[in-house]
Parts: sequence; structure tokens; C-alpha cells
Amino acid sequence: MQQLAFDTPLIFDLGQRGRANKYLPSAPPPDEFLPADMLRADLPLPDNTELDVNRHFTRLSQKTFAIDLGFYPLGSCTMKYNPRINDAMANLPALRNLHPFAPDELAQGALAIMWELERSLASLFGMAAFSLNPAAGAHAELTALLIAKAYFKKIGAAATRRTVIVPDTAHGTNPASAAMVGYRVVSLKSDSRGRVSVDEIKAAIGPDTAVCMMTNPNTLGLFEDHIKEIADAVHAAGGLMYYDGANANALMGNARPGDMGFDLMHLNLHKTFSIPHGGGGAGAGPVGVAEHLVPFLPTPVVRCNESAGAGGWEPSEGKTFGLDFDRPDAIGSMRSFWSNFAHMVRALAYVYANGFAGLTMVSKLAVLNANYIRASINDIIDTPYDENCRHEFVASAQALKRETGVRALDIGKALLDRGYHAPTVYFPLLVPECLMIEPTETESKETLDAFIADFRAIIATARIAPEAIMEAPVNTVVGRIDETRAARHPDLRWHPPTAAAAG
Amino acid sequence: MLDVIGAESLDALVAVPEAVALRGPVSVAPALAESEIAAAFERFAARTPGSTYTSFLGAGAYRHYTPPIVGALAMRGEFLTAYTPYQAEVSQGYLQAIYEWQTYIALLTGLDVANASVYDGATALAEGAIMAVNATGRKALLVSAAVHPNYRRVLRTYAEGLDLDVDEIRYAPDGTTDFANIEARLADQRYAAVIVQSPNFFGAVDAPAADVGSAMRATGTLVIGVVAEAMSLAALTPPGEWGADIAVGEAQSFGVAIAYGGPHVGFIATTASHLRRIPGRLVGRTVDKHGNPAYTLTLQAREQHIRREKATSNICTNQAHCALCATIYLAAMGATGLRDCAGHNLARTRELQARVYAVPGVAARFAAPVFNEFVVAVPGRAADVLARLRGSHILGGVDLGAFYPELADCILMTATELTTSAEIDALGIALAESIEHAATRV
Amino acid sequence: MPQPAGLLYSKEHEWVKLDGDTATVGITDYAQNSLGDIVYVELPRVGATLQQFGSIGVVESVKAVSDIYTPIGGEVLEINGALEGDPALLNREPFGAGWLFKVKVVDQGETGNLLSPESYDELTQE
Repeated sequence: MQQLAFDTPLIFDLGQRGRANKYLPSAPPPDEFLPADMLRADLPLPDNTELDVNRHFTRLSQKTFAIDLGFYPLGSCTMKYNPRINDAMANLPALRNLHPFAPDELAQGALAIMWELERSLASLFGMAAFSLNPAAGAHAELTALLIAKAYFKKIGAAATRRTVIVPDTAHGTNPASAAMVGYRVVSLKSDSRGRVSVDEIKAAIGPDTAVCMMTNPNTLGLFEDHIKEIADAVHAAGGLMYYDGANANALMGNARPGDMGFDLMHLNLHKTFSIPHGGGGAGAGPVGVAEHLVPFLPTPVVRCNESAGAGGWEPSEGKTFGLDFDRPDAIGSMRSFWSNFAHMVRALAYVYANGFAGLTMVSKLAVLNANYIRASINDIIDTPYDENCRHEFVASAQALKRETGVRALDIGKALLDRGYHAPTVYFPLLVPECLMIEPTETESKETLDAFIADFRAIIATARIAPEAIMEAPVNTVVGRIDETRAARHPDLRWHPPTAAAAG
Repeated sequence: MLDVIGAESLDALVAVPEAVALRGPVSVAPALAESEIAAAFERFAARTPGSTYTSFLGAGAYRHYTPPIVGALAMRGEFLTAYTPYQAEVSQGYLQAIYEWQTYIALLTGLDVANASVYDGATALAEGAIMAVNATGRKALLVSAAVHPNYRRVLRTYAEGLDLDVDEIRYAPDGTTDFANIEARLADQRYAAVIVQSPNFFGAVDAPAADVGSAMRATGTLVIGVVAEAMSLAALTPPGEWGADIAVGEAQSFGVAIAYGGPHVGFIATTASHLRRIPGRLVGRTVDKHGNPAYTLTLQAREQHIRREKATSNICTNQAHCALCATIYLAAMGATGLRDCAGHNLARTRELQARVYAVPGVAARFAAPVFNEFVVAVPGRAADVLARLRGSHILGGVDLGAFYPELADCILMTATELTTSAEIDALGIALAESIEHAATRV
Repeated sequence: MPQPAGLLYSKEHEWVKLDGDTATVGITDYAQNSLGDIVYVELPRVGATLQQFGSIGVVESVKAVSDIYTPIGGEVLEINGALEGDPALLNREPFGAGWLFKVKVVDQGETGNLLSPESYDELTQE
């Protein structure tokens, strides 16, 4: 991570007026152009030399763990390697500098990228069409639920279709998104196999069911093997099936949500399609729909003038494209402009790098790597649903905690000390002292073996010297954080020194 | 590896029930070697000449000078390939950078607190409106017709989900919001917020006057100030000072690529009293167990992963990397650089105004003072004039007829510090030719 | 922690103390213990009318949120303003200075729906 524990004062404590860099020629002051009552009196920001700015952010970067530094088995987040060709393509000046209001005739290459990606995704996941509009997974869930609401309104059922069914293993975004569409959330308990029970769901659905939101494989890393029966039951009740694509890396190319009976879905391109997460975004969350929901997609959609594209991807050469805003049943728009376009470039570059065979192998290797770790540690820590998993699995430190006091959190912190990112902890909520491990396909067997050895060493230490694990991390730039103080006394910004204090 | 797992084959590991097995042929883009990928995207780039044209486009996405240091630092792998900083001990750097971003946005908007970013300006507006609805318990919003049309469209889309009414205030003849009968409209206290953009979509400085603000406060209506051109914050009275309770906006102008519309970066700032209603991530400064200063995600109990259907918003992923770019940009430019930049925008825009108004038949549409964009009326349809300008490799601006049918003869033109006198002159000449051409054809 | 005499309890771990037609409401020691460090309390507005067992606020710890259900209905007379600046009061003195709010009771009969100290003890020892 870093070589020295550099001190990094706030940028506001470094700078001083007058240390400005000459990025622009000097300009006349604003009051030459606008009356004083329209202008701000003060702009209380520091000036910094470029050297100071450079060192400041370089040092901050060295206090930040990333895929480029080490193994990042953060379950549900699919922290795979981000090939740099993707960024290079997104940064081609013609694409990087293109204005969203550039006329279609001068943006054909950009539109072709969006269309080729959209067609590829539709075919790969078995949906009729995708919208590239949504900015992230949660944004996509909201989009999809608005589509569902518009659909029910169109068929005259909006007043009765008021509930969304969400399993207890679902991501928190699912119920939160449902609430943003005014839907009542019905939570479903998982069965002893860690799956949604067919009986339970049949009891929950009815004439008020709007949408059933499922993640498959679910957040326990288990394939919902009764998905067809569930989808049939929901459809029979007049509801729609929604596929949360957070775990699409587990089945890409090997199975398709469309074939499972899903009417709506999203993908987290920043997970499955190797887009860098950038510290928590920007992401991209295309929404796919079955044929009967296509009219409701948000605008704009990319239209090809020469092909309906029903068979999936086709070369874009020789074809012309336009942004279609004229769609009377569309739910509206979800964002300022058309898509997180730079991420569409990255995602298409990733598709090009893999092709269908490659994308299929991606998910196979992701499943292989997860099972390899699971089978290599399940003798020393509980894995509550101990069967072959998909791309991730959960372990529980419940028994270990009872014996030694060491919790899932402590294991995560001890992994930090050994140069790994911690797994996702305390999610999903139904597994106590949960550790959720997702290695992804891009890690080598050597990396997995080293991780397994370190993980086993941590558990072994926990049994003989638990305090050593509970002290972790000790090799990081700060120790455990006082989060209670952070929440009780929120300090969310720097304040300029007051005149009195400065004097 | 299969032996350790006890699986007979890779295919067995990923098998799914027959009923949901892959059906039908799949067709995705074919596999290429990296050199071939680069060549393929160069061909896409060659089919995208729009970015090489002389451009007077703005309207929510602005061309500004970005010092190379921004990209050099932001593209460091530690920043680029980190996830959300859940593990604070190994994320101190990114957390500090976000804390600095929150500070920059609070200082620039003149408000107490800002969040760690949202998707973009339009979604920031929608989320800000939901904050106001939750704060007041009212289910209607009153939005100025001079707010960016795309932002209003997104607001209406979100409002559909929550069954909120969205009504509009028309714009006045000078291009600002018509607040003439605002007191009467607010009298029944049904609006959670009045939403005003300054500079507005027409470029006009549109902060409501003090008496308008008092009328809003008297009815318990919150004021949401929208900022689509963040560079204006370097010069104009910030929303917190003109009376906004919530400021929402787009910070793409601070060193974030235009990139055909995204990713950009939205911000939300508000007063301390609305802190708990802010959606999305917040970074706080605290101490570690040794008492040393440390940063962490905080007030997480507002968020979806804990509060689920009762969260302030469903937002999870935000725009951290774009916010980082903006933070580096603001640090490098400093107050001096930003003021100079704003000064150039004001100066170039006036130079552009003078040049196009000198073209016979072209006139100013609105009289209100502007920051870096303005509306010109041309003879005939704006769409036709713009199409002819493209013949001279000029993108002359945005056709307002696409958003306001009554303004079909109007173009929204933008100038920034990157607009040169030569470009302005070229536009003047092409505009005159285009109008003459149209006249002689008749 | 010793439980003060004269309190009645709800199954959702709130306590209520009646003084004439004024009821003081708080959360129990058991509740504060299971929540951990409390960082924020959201209370009803003074003047609001509450229904017995309705969700009327929340208690937040660092990584959890719990609804507060009022054990008794009525009009809110007063809220404990000290909690805003010092939510830790709830952890330190749940039965004392950490009280939540006072209501003017409309129907004394509602106390019949509450648990005695003995029944509540049984509930928390399950």
C-alpha cells in the first residue's frame, strides 16, 4: 500500500492565496460584467502549487487499497481486474470530447458503440432490448420498477398492483428502490437450503403482486434452482419477474435470465464488464426488458435505421443510427444525458476482448475460483450452505466467535494486515457473523493459494491468540475507527478559520 | 482445482436445471486481440466527427480547460480500481479526498453540508426534491420552466414513482423566472419546494430576489437552487447566500470529461437542519482507536443497506471517481484560477454576443444578464440555421425549439474560456452567410 | 441495571410510566443494550397525535436502525431535547435522563395491553 505513513493535512490547510498556477491567462474580474449584487463577495478556497497538489493526491492514493494492489474478495462486488485498454478507448479524444447535443449525423461512431453493446447484452442475457440510460444498479432497479408501474397503468392495473416481493437475501437497494416507486415491500424468508421456497412465494403472491425481485444466484452464492416454477407462479398471478444482475458474473454465457422467465433485469456493468469502480462509482446499470415492456424504456434509445437487430449483435459498419426520443409510452428519462457513455465504451471493449466463448469462460472460472476457496477453508470455518456454490459463497464466524470471541469483522481486519481487502461482512443479513467471499475469475491459482494459506493462519491464530486478531489491523495507516464518535458528532467538512481565530 | 472441490468438470459446476438452460443462439461482438480492439475503436472514433467541430454547445455539458495533472492523478490505479471505502483503515486516502470534495461543494454553494456525490445534475434535482417532500410532508413541487428541460423531465419521471405533482412557473419576457404571482400560488401550502436554476437554462442569472424568498419561507416552502454550470459558482452569489435550503447541481465543469453525456457528477448540499435527509454516502472525520485523526463513511443508518425500504434513497454506487477528478481540479485551479476562469467565461460570452447580434436579422431573445450562455433569435427555424452552420464545421448551439415550441427560432449559444476570437468570428461569418442564403432562397 | 418501580412495558421494548394522564415513554435497558452505541434519535413532533403501538420514530446505532413504537396513544406534550445533543443518554440512563417523550393519555384502558415488569422480564429472558 504505502512505504511511509505520510502525513496528509487537508488540502485546505496547505494552500495560500497567491500560490496560483498559471493555467489560464489573467482575466478581468467578474464585476466588470455583472452587477455586484449578483456576485459572491468571497471565494474562500486555497491556491496550491501543482507540486503540492500532486504530492497531496499521490500520498492519498498510497493510503488507498485497490485491485491494482492486491486481492479484493469483496463478495457481491465482483472486483475483477480492469484491463487498461478499456480506459484507453474511453479516452480517445473523439469519444471523450463529444458533446451530448452533437447531432446524430456527427455522432455515428458513438451511437454505433451503444448499439453494438446493447445488441450484445440483449442476446447474451436473453432480453428483447436494453436501455443504457441508468447510471448504476440501484438506479436501474428504480428504472425497472417505474417501467413495471407504467406497464400496469397501461393495462389498467396500477391501482391493484401495489406490492413488490423481495427475498431476505436481497440487496438493500431492492426494497429501497421499491419504496421509491411507492410499492409495499413483502419480505420472503429463505428456506433451509438458502433458497426462496416455492410454497412460501406461492403464499405471498396474489392480485396485488406487481413485481418479484430475485437475484440469481442469490447473495449466498446459490442458484435458485426452482426459478422456473417461481416465475411461472408469479406470471400466473399477473406479476412481473425482475432479475437483479448484481451476480450476473456467475452465469454469463451459461444461462440467461430471459430463459428463466424474467421480464425485467439490470446489469452492473462496473461489476460484470470490468469497468473500474473508481472508489464507488461511476457505475452503469443497463436495464433489459422482455418484448412486452420495450415501449416503456426510458428515452432516448439508440435506433438503427437499417436493422431491427432481433438476432442480437451485428456489425455496425454500413448502418446508421439515431437517438430516439419520440416514444409515447416511455417512462421519461432517468438522467441528464443519454448514458454513462465512457462506460459503454469500456464495456464494449470488454465484450470485444472476450467474445461469446470468452464471456462464458469468465463465469465458469469465477465459479471455479469461488469453489476452490470454499473447499479449501470449509474444514476450519462454517460454510452454512455447504454445497457447490456459484461465483461467491458465505462463511460464518458464529461458532468461532462463541469459542474465541473473534468475529467476522476481526477476520476481515486481520486480512487487511496481510495485504488483502476484507470480504463483505454482515451481509446477507440472515447468516450471523457472515463473511461473503467472491474471488472473481481474474485471480490466478497462486493468488488463491496464498489467500487460503493466510486465511487458515488467521483462523489458527484466532484459536490460540484471539486478542492478536481482535487487535488487527496494525499494519495500516490508522487503527480501527471510532465510528460511534463519527456518527454522534458529525464532522463532514473543513471550516475556514474565523477572523477571530485567524487573528 | 476440480479435485479439491470434488467436481468432475467445469461444466458440471455451472450446470443449471434443464428447464432454464440456455436456449437459442447467442450473438455478441466477436473476440479480438487487443491491437484489433484499438483499431476497431479508432474506426468508431473516425465515425464521430462531432467532437472536432467548432462548438458553441453547452446546455448542461461544458467544455473547459482541464490541467493534465487532473488526469495524471485521477488515473492512478489506487484511485481507479478501489471500491466504495467500506474498510476505512485501508481507504483513508480516498475517504479524505471525498471529505475534501464535500468541503469544496459546501464552500462553493454557501451551505453547511454536502454529500459524497450523486449520479448527475438531473438526479441530484430529483433526490433534492424528495428531501423537500420528506421534510415538509407535502406532495407537490413547483418548478421554474427555465430549469433545464432534461432535469425537469427526470424530476417528472421520479415524481411518477412517488405520485408527486409537478407544476411549473413560466418564464418572464426577460428570460428569468416569472415570480410575479408567487405568493398566491404558494398560499395553499401544498408545495414542498420551489425549484429555481441559476444561471437558468437560458443562461440568465435567476436567483430569486429577497422578497420572493421571504414569500416562500412564509409558507413553509423550501427553495431548491439548481446549478447546471458549476463554473458559475466561482463568480455568482451562491445558492446558500441567495436563500436556497438545498442546492443541487452538476459539477462536470470541474475537470470531468463531457464524454457524450456521462459519467458526470451530481452534488447535493443543504443546511445542517436537513443533514439527516441527505441521500447517499457521507464521509466524516473522526479518530482511530489511538486517537489519531481518521476518516470513515458515516451516518450510514440513513442508507439502503441498513434501512432498506425506509432509506432516504436507494442510491448505492455514486460518482466517486468523477468527484475525485473535480476535487483535484479545484485544488489545482485554486480560488485564483477559478475566478480567472469565470472572468474569461463572462468576457468570451460578451464577445460572442456582440459578434452574433451584429449579424443582420439576429437578435437577443432575452434581456436578463447571463453567465456563459444566452439565447439568440434568428430568422426562420433555428434547426435550419444550425444545419447550415454545420456545413462550415460549426456546432452553433442548441435548438430551443426541441424543448420550447414557442422558441423554435431560438438558439442557446455558449462560450467558455476555450472559445477563441477566431472561432467567434468564424461563427459570425457563417451565421451571416446562412441567413443570407436562406433569404435569397425565398 | 435496576428497573425503576411502577413501569409498564411493550413487547417492542419500550417502557411507559403513568403520572395522572401524563405518560413518559422510553426504551428499556435491554433495548439499548442490544442496539449498542446509539448515535441518533428521531422523535415525534410536539402536538402530534399517536396511536398505541404505532411507529413514531427511530433509534439509530452506528450500523442499525430500530423503529420506536409508542406503548401508549395520546398527544405528544414534550420531547426530550437533551437527546439531540447527547444521544448516549439513552445508553447511560435508559430509565432516567434518557426518556424519549411525554404524551397526554386519552384512553387509560390501553395500559391493559402492556406487560407487567414480571412478564417483561420473562420476555427478555427467553
